[in-house]
Amino acid sequence: MSEQPPTTPTTLATTSRGFGRALVFVYGIFAFSATGRSSYQLATKASEAPLAYSLSALAAVVYIVATWALGTGRHPIAVGAVVVELLGVIVIGATIHPSDPAKATVWSGFGSGYGYVPLVLPFVGLWWLWRTRPTA
Amino acid sequence: MNTLQLVLSVLCGLTALWLIVEIIRDRTVGNVTFAGLVALEIGLVVELLWGLARVFGDHHGVAVGAYVGYLVGALVILPIGFIWSVSEKSRGGTAVLLIAVLVLPVLFLRLHDIWAGHV
Repeated sequence: MSEQPPTTPTTLATTSRGFGRALVFVYGIFAFSATGRSSYQLATKASEAPLAYSLSALAAVVYIVATWALGTGRHPIAVGAVVVELLGVIVIGATIHPSDPAKATVWSGFGSGYGYVPLVLPFVGLWWLWRTRPTA
Repeated sequence: MNTLQLVLSVLCGLTALWLIVEIIRDRTVGNVTFAGLVALEIGLVVELLWGLARVFGDHHGVAVGAYVGYLVGALVILPIGFIWSVSEKSRGGTAVLLIAVLVLPVLFLRLHDIWAGHV
């Protein structure tokens, strides 16, 4: 994989064509909302729940990287980001049960505050990355 | 939800049904779809102005930052979705707009909840 040229027209952004167009948009929405939630939490009440808010910020970074990598066809980076996303939603979903929804992250309760889309999304992402894997 | 948000939600629902038909027919965005999106966006501008007027009035301890964030999010999601979809000449581009009109009613619900005090 490392032998191939970094950006040939055929490999560039195949992950953002067709179905990928919609997938990147969903990732973008989560990047936007996770960033908004996280910066709001850190700006207004960072000391209340430092762990939850740090995880919130981590989720935002993961969604931003996944959106960028899927949107620009950076396949290996996208796989890395989506795997971290999958681990994040499962580990945080299984371990952190915030009683106060204001201290929640996008991933707490397996993404129940977002219609469980955060739980489904990494599986769809991995399936799509498998479909668009480089054939080299 | 207020009347404007309800009307916009119904319009989102109708647009979503139309977009599903277009996706099944493998169409890109046509004049009818575009007209529907423009009508929605005009409503969202009104929603933003109305929301800002509310925030600058008596807002009895509502989380203003979050409220304005959702207002702006609702304002920009259609234009951004449209720009992102136009270069995709397949049903994938139409699906982007379907997602946008499905997310909008959720944003209205969040705006309603934030105003009611349960952030």
